[in-house]
Amino acid sequence: MKRLGFSLLIALAGASLIFSACGKEAAKPKDFVLIGFTASKTGKLNVEATRQINGLNLWVEQVNKAGGIKMPDGKQIKVETKYYDDESNKDRVQELYTRLISSDKADFLVSPYSSGLTDAAAVIAQQNRKIMITAGAASDSTHTKGYALVFQSYTPASRYLTGAVDILLKLDPKAKKIAIIHENDKFSTDVAKALKKYAEGKGMQVPLFEGYDSGTTDFAPFINKIPQGVDAVMGGGHFADTTTFARQLYEKKVPTKMIALLVAPPEPKFAELGEACISVIGASQWEPLAKYSPEAAKAENVEWFGPTVPEFLKLYEDKYGKEEPSYHSGGGYAAGLILQKAIESAGSIDTEKVKAALDKEDMYTFFGRIKFNTTPKLQGLQEGHEMIYIQWQKDKQGKPVKAAVWPTAAATASPFVCPAR
Amino acid sequence: MFTQISASVIDGLLIGFVYGIAAMGLSLIWGVMRVINLAHGATMALGMFCIYYLFTDVGVNPYLGLLLVVVLALIFGFIIYMASLHRVIQAGYLYTLLATFAVNMIVIGIGTMVFSTSPRNVDFSLGSIDLGPIILQGTRLLAAGASVVITAALYLFLYFTRPGKAIRAVSDNRAAAELMGIPSSQVLALSFGLGTMLAAVAGGLTSTFFPFTILSGSTYQLKSFVICVLGGLGHPLGALFGGLILGGLEGIVPIFMPVSWVPVVEFGLFVLVLVVRPTGLMGAK
Repeated sequence: MKRLGFSLLIALAGASLIFSACGKEAAKPKDFVLIGFTASKTGKLNVEATRQINGLNLWVEQVNKAGGIKMPDGKQIKVETKYYDDESNKDRVQELYTRLISSDKADFLVSPYSSGLTDAAAVIAQQNRKIMITAGAASDSTHTKGYALVFQSYTPASRYLTGAVDILLKLDPKAKKIAIIHENDKFSTDVAKALKKYAEGKGMQVPLFEGYDSGTTDFAPFINKIPQGVDAVMGGGHFADTTTFARQLYEKKVPTKMIALLVAPPEPKFAELGEACISVIGASQWEPLAKYSPEAAKAENVEWFGPTVPEFLKLYEDKYGKEEPSYHSGGGYAAGLILQKAIESAGSIDTEKVKAALDKEDMYTFFGRIKFNTTPKLQGLQEGHEMIYIQWQKDKQGKPVKAAVWPTAAATASPFVCPAR
Repeated sequence: MFTQISASVIDGLLIGFVYGIAAMGLSLIWGVMRVINLAHGATMALGMFCIYYLFTDVGVNPYLGLLLVVVLALIFGFIIYMASLHRVIQAGYLYTLLATFAVNMIVIGIGTMVFSTSPRNVDFSLGSIDLGPIILQGTRLLAAGASVVITAALYLFLYFTRPGKAIRAVSDNRAAAELMGIPSSQVLALSFGLGTMLAAVAGGLTSTFFPFTILSGSTYQLKSFVICVLGGLGHPLGALFGGLILGGLEGIVPIFMPVSWVPVVEFGLFVLVLVVRPTGLMGAK
């Protein structure tokens, strides 16, 4: 028995030596950085998420083509990615981000698309002390929970659709009534509440303010509730439901001066609605028409980082064929740039050092300005970025074409009132 | 207010017709076979995808496409009956329930793999019809019309043809029907085929105005159960009546309260009918 105990002791000592040697091996500095994320390859967020991932993958390709992320000591770190399909499902997101952190050992995280999924993922990132760049999430509330490591690339929901009220007042200074019909998810509700507050602050009334469930396909009950004499219909949610909503608004010939909806209108696929898309206004985080440039950044005394707008467009179209990038694609690429700049400034992939660099980050990219709120109550909320408003108009052949209509400085065309349908 | 109520009620009733034929399929299968078909929703989703691919890839008008859906769904129904129900039909409700549940899971599993769960949309419009302040979508009107034609055809088939009479005979008393020389197995297979066909057609019609995924059938399956209880299980015409009640409710309720209250009212009525009149509003006392 004694001999057996002694043999076990020797075996344990041997094993501990082997493991400690392995530990030393693992402690060696890595020559790559692993970025983990989930992508809604299936489910209702499929369209937006695919474009976001296209943008992110393009960034990875470009960084690695240039040799990797450049550290101050001249060393270059390659970027690797690991992702799973979250099926547009919140429960899957939490499970998969845990796996990305504990099994795949991701160094940094990029959020899934949508505020709801991102909010679910952000908890996991914070609990495990991992930095997460939120690529496609505009909700403010994720940043009011005290998460210190979550950084937003989009203009937040509280400023998302407020410009539509300004456009309405420009089109008709006497406009008084707005009907708001929005998806009952986190992001759309945040936007709708902020929109209502802003409109009421401008002296307008909101006679209809109602939410619909995420899976809604029949909007007739909501459309029938729109009171007579409403000047604008605003709201919506994500691509699938908002497209259906826009189509049914058209079929029901809702008489209104303006329709401004979330997420779907800036997507090129929205044009497939044909006549139903004409005059619809959408708020976009970014557009290929955007006028951001290194010269404009210099005029504001802010650093420029990454490709210019035409360079990004060329890179994207070279990789993905004729597909024009949407703001989701731009957001995916921008998330990579945000992280790249922070790692370069920090000269490390250590979480605390990169976080400090992100807190200080203030730059212009092709996607717009990037600057984070660093107050404890709103840590990581995007402060620098601004929305662009587009409207679907008709080109000379009568085909739907997207035009930037707001803010005036970025406009390529003037907005017009909804024609009688 | 009157305009709003009229528009909402008409919209609701038009959808109610389609709900009705979906529920009719479920009701027919229960009435004849005493089988609770949990693959009903999945079959509806397959009907939606059939119309989608026929329209998008082949360019077939969705309403012409329905003719092909009728044939395919009948064959699909026979296959499901022979593969999963024929051997367990005598074994009791639980066995047939589990068998159809298994079919449902298989269809959804394969469907998710092949079609993914991304939403599809049959981009087909028939425009709108203006009735003063009330505007009706063409696709909904035509779907309601098609539902009435299908109901009439089913009624004529059940009451005026030999196979239809055989179905009713087996439904009334299977043993007696067999003694009269009616091949009950064939009648059961035909009934299941017809029920499956009604589900697929309802799915096909729905796809012309609502977007869908392979999982969309479950919502309509749940509605079909409520409708069957309202109209009376095993009573196909009662199912149409129940569909109209449910559609009407979906139209009227949102006028007076937030739309999220609709399921509360629907299921409240469901429980009330179960308690007060378990055989349904049109069922025998």
